[in-house]
Amino acid sequence: MNIVIKQGRVIDASQQLDQVCDIYISGDKITAIGNAPAGFKADQTLDANGKWVLPGLVDLCARLREPGSEYKATLLSELRAAMAGGVTSLACPPDTDPVLDEPGLVEMLKHRAKSHALANVYPLGAVTRQLEGHFLTEMFALTSAGCVGFSQADTPIVDTQVLWRAFEYSATFGYTLFMRAEDPYLAKNGVAHDGEVASRLGLKGIPVAAESIALQTMLRIAQNTGASLHIARVSTAESVELIRQAKQAGVRLTADVSIQHLHLTEMDIGFFDSMVHLKPPVRTQRDRDALRAGLLDGTLDAICSDHTPVDDDDKALPFAESRPGASALELLLPLTLKWAAQAKLSPAQALLKITQTPANILGVPAGTLKVGAIADVVIYDPEIEWRVDSRVLVSQGKNTPFLNQSLAGKVSATFTSGELVFQQESLQQTKS
Amino acid sequence: MYNPQLNAQGQLQHLLSIEGLPKRILTDILDAAENFVGVAEREIKKVPLLRGKTVCNLFFENSTRTRTTFEIAAKRLSADVLNLNVSTSSQSKGETILDTVNNLIAMHADMFVVRHQQSGAAHFIAQHVPPHISVINAGDGRHAHPTQGLLDVFTIRKYKPEMHNLRVAIVGDILHSRVARSEIHALATLGVPEIRVIAPRTLLPAEVEKLGVQVYHNMDQGLKDVDVIMMLRLQNERMSGALLPSTQEFFQTFGLTPERLTLARPDAIVMHPGPMNRGVEIDSSVADGKQSVILPQVTYGIAVRMAVMAILGGGNAA
Repeated sequence: MNIVIKQGRVIDASQQLDQVCDIYISGDKITAIGNAPAGFKADQTLDANGKWVLPGLVDLCARLREPGSEYKATLLSELRAAMAGGVTSLACPPDTDPVLDEPGLVEMLKHRAKSHALANVYPLGAVTRQLEGHFLTEMFALTSAGCVGFSQADTPIVDTQVLWRAFEYSATFGYTLFMRAEDPYLAKNGVAHDGEVASRLGLKGIPVAAESIALQTMLRIAQNTGASLHIARVSTAESVELIRQAKQAGVRLTADVSIQHLHLTEMDIGFFDSMVHLKPPVRTQRDRDALRAGLLDGTLDAICSDHTPVDDDDKALPFAESRPGASALELLLPLTLKWAAQAKLSPAQALLKITQTPANILGVPAGTLKVGAIADVVIYDPEIEWRVDSRVLVSQGKNTPFLNQSLAGKVSATFTSGELVFQQESLQQTKS
Repeated sequence: MYNPQLNAQGQLQHLLSIEGLPKRILTDILDAAENFVGVAEREIKKVPLLRGKTVCNLFFENSTRTRTTFEIAAKRLSADVLNLNVSTSSQSKGETILDTVNNLIAMHADMFVVRHQQSGAAHFIAQHVPPHISVINAGDGRHAHPTQGLLDVFTIRKYKPEMHNLRVAIVGDILHSRVARSEIHALATLGVPEIRVIAPRTLLPAEVEKLGVQVYHNMDQGLKDVDVIMMLRLQNERMSGALLPSTQEFFQTFGLTPERLTLARPDAIVMHPGPMNRGVEIDSSVADGKQSVILPQVTYGIAVRMAVMAILGGGNAA
């Protein structure tokens, strides 16, 4: 199948490209940008006039709720949400039920994802069996089965020696650990940032130090073991500073922030809005400003959706009893570009944080429109104004703090491996 | 700013928290309560303001004492009262809080008095009831206990009418106390210029000074020249989380003794929301002494709750 996407603004920072031109796809590859390759005859032509043509997004953390929580969402519903959000590659954390700690489970997930032929699913295997923090998983076998890295999801390893050995062992093979920093004792039962809002509302707080102390431990172990470490979902100004210093000291380190934390603060909890019950908690404006600054100066490398579909019943509870998390696959792109506009950053530079950079962190072939690359392509309409609304969201999780807000920009079409897998009705196309 | 407690006309629709309520509404409640104090002294202790209405005491957390005061208040207003101890019934069978509330709505309750162990539970219920139903928060987690806050300022106003000229100290477990939070907001709204909190650092919430209070970690310094001392109950389980070493040490360092009481103004009053732990936060001779207004607090509590229910029920004349 030969496809040409005509006259879109092609934005791809991986090749310093930002201009209106045509892009040619043959089979599963991008074959040319600008002029048609010799002998190219289009089977399908899409007019992207007025629209942007971008590399498919790469998301470092999206929960697909399969296996185990099909009631909350299914693999198919969430992969469709990914397509509607332009996310063509995603890493999923191992906190499924059962936990992704055995090669067979990883193979099954890869196989099921592949059979839908939508987004590329890259599982993160569990660092420890059952995420219990006692025994290492078979990281080599899990990698052979398709894991691109290892994670403890939201369950910290309490035993520092196990943590140390997990770093040492993964460093043996050069595997990357995707770790969230949180001291389980200081964060115990906490549901909100330990500050003014939690104190006023009487919610149990999670202090900044819960993240800093765990982070310092991990940075120290990474420095000693030479492990490849990715810090997931940084939430505090103090963490940004610690990561900045560690990078300067030469620790092999990358880090991400969730799109929620880039936009929200503790004030957004308002009168106990359970949609803003997130892990880690959203913090102060000062923290949010530091996260934004950290992204700009490269201390933080990537933005992830931290997509966590939660069914209505699990959110329709008093704040502390509600299940944390936000549905975000479909908001990652517009909210990233919203941040870029506020930060006066070019779309190309902002898009790096959700395309090429996370692809490099995962070590997967994605996030670029270079000739010869896999044709994961998004056509994006920056002009569409839409309201985040439970009927519009494709994800089975309608839980987002941005519900009922207006956003500018929406994905018009998504291609994975040269296949048109999602399309808004409004997009013009002609078949020949 | 949006306030879930007020209706479009700015009238009280629910009583969920003192925070965010205008002074006018607080003084309306306190003035109405003045009239209801008299009702209890009549031979027939009843007024017909809520006749034909059903008040449902919905207690997800046990509290015989608070429930009883609400029950008496509702009955003196001639309401029918339904008591539901949910902690011992449907919740243990897996029914959600919304299921329980919807069932009671279907039974045509007009007013819910809610106590729940989770902060925000009363707000949550208020968001899910139809507009003709009012919700009164009778204590949600650590967040708020607005009728207690109101009865405390009512009591203070009785003994110290010059609110704008007072120094008030709140002593003890501020961290876990919904009462303290409601007291602080009520005092601040009514114009009390100096509110102190006195507690060890383990029993203070983060950034507590942003609530508009002065923080003291030394009991003697904190009590100096205050007009009102509001003691808080210390729960025994506070020893388990390494918040305190022992009740004895707490009494030695933060207990209200007759000696310490002399540091306050000679005419200072002593308050406690009950139930008291004698010898833990307060010495018996202080609790029963002539400066104590702890029992009048209980009496006024019924009048204040009658006032709140009457205003929410649409009338406020005694």
